[in-house]
This record gives sequence, C-alpha cells and structure tokens, in this order.
Amino acid sequence: MSESDTPGVTVAEPEPAASEVDPRPRTLVLNMGPQHPSTHGVLRLLLELDGETIVSAQPDIGYLHTGIEKEFEVKFYQQGVTLTDRIDYLAPLSNNLCYCLAVEKLLGLEIPPLAQWMRVMLTELTRLNSHLVWLGTHAIDIGAMSVFLYCFREREDILRIFEMFSGQRMMTSYFRIGGLALEPPRGWQKPVKSFIDVFPSRVDEYEELLTNNRIWIGRTRGVGRFPLEDMLDLGVTGPMLRAAGLKYDARKAQPYSGYEKFDFEVPTRTENDVYARYLVRIEEMRQSARIIKQALEGMPDGRWTADAPHVVLPDRDKMKTQMEALIYHFKIVTEGFRVPAGEVYQVIESPRGEVGYYVVSDGTAKPYRVHVRGPSFGNLQAIPRMVVGTLIADVIASIGSMDFVLGDSDR
Amino acid sequence: MIPDEIKTLPLVAAVLEALPEAVTAGKLYRGELTVEIVAEKIVETCHFLKHEQKFVRISTVTGVDWYPEEPRFEVVYHLHSPERNERLRLKCRLPGANPEIDSVTGVWRGADWYERETFDLFGITFRNHPNLRRIMLPDNWEGYPLRKDYPVTGDRV
Repeated sequence: MSESDTPGVTVAEPEPAASEVDPRPRTLVLNMGPQHPSTHGVLRLLLELDGETIVSAQPDIGYLHTGIEKEFEVKFYQQGVTLTDRIDYLAPLSNNLCYCLAVEKLLGLEIPPLAQWMRVMLTELTRLNSHLVWLGTHAIDIGAMSVFLYCFREREDILRIFEMFSGQRMMTSYFRIGGLALEPPRGWQKPVKSFIDVFPSRVDEYEELLTNNRIWIGRTRGVGRFPLEDMLDLGVTGPMLRAAGLKYDARKAQPYSGYEKFDFEVPTRTENDVYARYLVRIEEMRQSARIIKQALEGMPDGRWTADAPHVVLPDRDKMKTQMEALIYHFKIVTEGFRVPAGEVYQVIESPRGEVGYYVVSDGTAKPYRVHVRGPSFGNLQAIPRMVVGTLIADVIASIGSMDFVLGDSDR
Repeated sequence: MIPDEIKTLPLVAAVLEALPEAVTAGKLYRGELTVEIVAEKIVETCHFLKHEQKFVRISTVTGVDWYPEEPRFEVVYHLHSPERNERLRLKCRLPGANPEIDSVTGVWRGADWYERETFDLFGITFRNHPNLRRIMLPDNWEGYPLRKDYPVTGDRV
C-alpha cells in the first residue's frame, strides 16, 4: 500500500510516448463511508481504484470513539459493568463477562456454579444473537434480502430471553462482579427450551437459503483470501482464523467460567474465503446451541452470587431486616469496594474473536486503568491486506465476512 | 530484581540467556507472567520471542500513566503464542518528558494500530513507526486524553 500526498495522482509506467500520454490521472480515489450502509456502522474506507481493481485501501476509524477507557477510571468497579455493554453492542454479555472475570481474578473471588453456568448459557445466546445479525446483514449486503427476515425472527426470541433475565433487550449488564445482577426469573427454562428446541431447524432454513445458492457461492467462494501467517501477524482473531484452518478457540485453549465442563467442537475450514467464514459461523451456531442445551439440562442449584458481602450487594429483604446487610449495601454503593493492587489480562472468545480486558488496580475502589482489546480493532487492521488487488465489487463481501462492530474498535 | 522462581521459568531463562541485559524485573501474579524490559532492547527482545519462542501474535499494545511518579509511563505489550498456549506481558518504563520507544511494527505488523492508539491517547512516540498519526481523535486534537493530568470533564461549550 502506498500513500500519496495528493491522492488519486500516480504516473503510469513505463512512460509512453508524449503523444500517447493521457493527462487524466490513472487511478481514482473513492471514499466509502462513514455513512455507507454496508460498512455496518461508521467505518470509512479510502479506496484507490485503477479501473475496478483496488490499488490501495486505508481504513479510517475513530468516528465512534467515546473515551470509554477514560470513563472507567472515574467509576467504581461495579459501575464499569454498564460501560462494557456499550463497547460491543451486538455482544454485550460477552463484554460483561470478560470485565467481570478480570476484576474477579484480581479479587480472587470464587463464583458459584449456578452463576458460572448461567453465564455460559447467556454468553452463548449472545453468540447466536451476534451471528444472526451478522448473517442477516451480510446476506443483505450481497443481495439476499430474505435471509435477514429469518435471522431477525430468531434474534427477537433471544432478545426476549435477555429481557426476561435482565429487563433489557440489548444493554443487559446482567453479569456483575461476583455473579449475576438478579436471581434468574422463575420459569426461565421454558422460553429457553422452546427456543433451543427449534433453533437447529432454523439454522437448516438459513442453510437452505444460502449454502447451495449459486449466486451466494458465486459471490463468496474464493473471495477475500489471504494467508494465515498474515492474519496472525496482523492481529486477526476469531472465526476468520478458524476459516483459515487454525483450530484455536479461547473457550478450549484457556477455559473460563466453566467452559471445560461442556462438550462442543471448534469448527474449522481450510478454504480461507468468505464462503468458508460463513460455513464456520453457521457451524458455530449449531455448537452454541449444543452448549445452551447442556447448560439448560444440567443447570446446578444454588446461589447466583459469590459469598463475598463486601463485593456483592445484599438481598433486598436482608437489607430491610439485618443491620449488617444495610451497612454493606451503604458502603458498596457510596464508596465501592477496594480491589487489591495488581494487574490482570483476561481473554475470552467473543463472537468476533479475542476480547481482552487489561485491568490495573492501585488498591482503591476505582480501576487505575482499563484497556479493552476489541477483536474488531485487530480485524479491521487487516482490511488493506485483504482487499488490495481484488475487485471493488468484492469489497463488500470481504469486509462483511470480518463481522466487525465499530463500537468495539473505537471504544 | 528478578525473583528466583521467575528466573527458573523456561521462557524467562531462555530470554535471559539470549539477551542477559534486556530483563530488569519479573513478576508472576494470578498466574500471569510479566517481564520488564529495558526500553532500548524491546525490538530485539520481541524479535527473539517471535522467532525463537513462537509468540507469533501480539494481542495488544497499550500504556499506563503513573503520574506524578517517575518514570511516568509504562508501555505494556501482551504477547500470545497459540502453539504454546501461553501469554506473556512485557513492560517498558519511559520518562515523563519526551516518552519515546522503538516501534515493534517491524516484528508484528499488527502492532501498527495499537501503537498509533497509544500515541494518540498517551502521547508516547514510537520511533520508526511507518504511519504514526492519531487514530481515534481528529488530527488537530490537543493533548492526550488517557494521561492522568488530562481532565475527565471540560467546560460546557
């Protein structure tokens, strides 16, 4: 990729005879975004074109930068949870989970089994939610309109489940430091069960619409390829790597929140194109459904919060009857809880790839520094490597296969 | 400075053998290994870790501001080796006046945007970086928001 001070001006080589020189520039700079519907948010791409071939590409991000990392530093640890929702708004619970795990690691908290399993179940529902949005919008980008309606039908069911648990459809903040925000609602099993019973057949429906669709295959097969070594070097993670043949998933490699107790496969493909990424995500949806089913059937009993009164807010009824509970409640709400000085880097596998929270504590009730490693940030970096030399018509399919969220990259 | 139980870890021992002057301290906290590196040796160390120790991925680069202490800044690198299934944190300390360090983009191209972000929000300069411009904020922004002496709230416009 070459950068020019005056974009759009390059000189053709070898130099033709003077009479043949075309005074017009050979390349054209096309500005795509930040309001382009196919960039899924506010990504701006500067594409330099020679005819229909892309000569260089420059992603321009930052339009959604809201200073979340700075905001963490002036909030109590428990208040930070609500910020994590807003980072990756298609996978809020994955971010809740990663932040909570990081702070719990600093605190050395033991999380009861019910909370761990509930976290796994809801995080996998988040994965389905995110993959469904991705599939629907990716298909629209490429021209298959109807898939979107099918995907959002199921997504609605998932959002209703989130609403039932937390009272919120998207910004759930349901995981708190030390466990869950609320007791799981009575009868939560029923909607989850009726959803998970039909979901695999719904995935068959999506596949019926796309997997053998000639136009879909024509638009996606062989598109957006670049070698695995470059992906690793550039910081690409998640389904992109698995579609390139690397069997790596943080849920298996460094299990957290009890993932080691669940039986699931890590799907991989070797074709390394947009079509392979589609197949990987479809299979991930089936595997997530398996995990949710296991969680539903084997859900342990017990408390949903850790036994740590200085960290976890007391139950309402105890607060009204016990002096001690009232004092703890007052202390946590007004001055937070102290976290031992130290630093941790917690990594989880979000729908998009590797989410990492680097939390530094100086021993006070507010984090000294929180750095969020969003998977979209690393993935976006690889756009020039992926699209340079390909046709402009393939750009939408290529970048769509990355499944990025700009809130996640800009923070 | 380096505790004995850290020195005997195979990874730290390998780094100490190849680059004895590079390491200044080490810590194992909550199962996570942190190694402090002399700022001048960061590229050499990273090159060694990538090519000899299979840390093929850089997960993130960021900074921490310990204002008003000196040395004020820490540049923190999180390395990852999928093959070894290990993670490693490297740290370099930089002074408050003109914080500068060599860029590791020559080792991992993926460090590019992370270093730009650290430059943008902390004002730490990465020498030999191919394109060191602001990434999150507009080019004409003044100040570095993640520094501790940068206000969280401002006047209402």
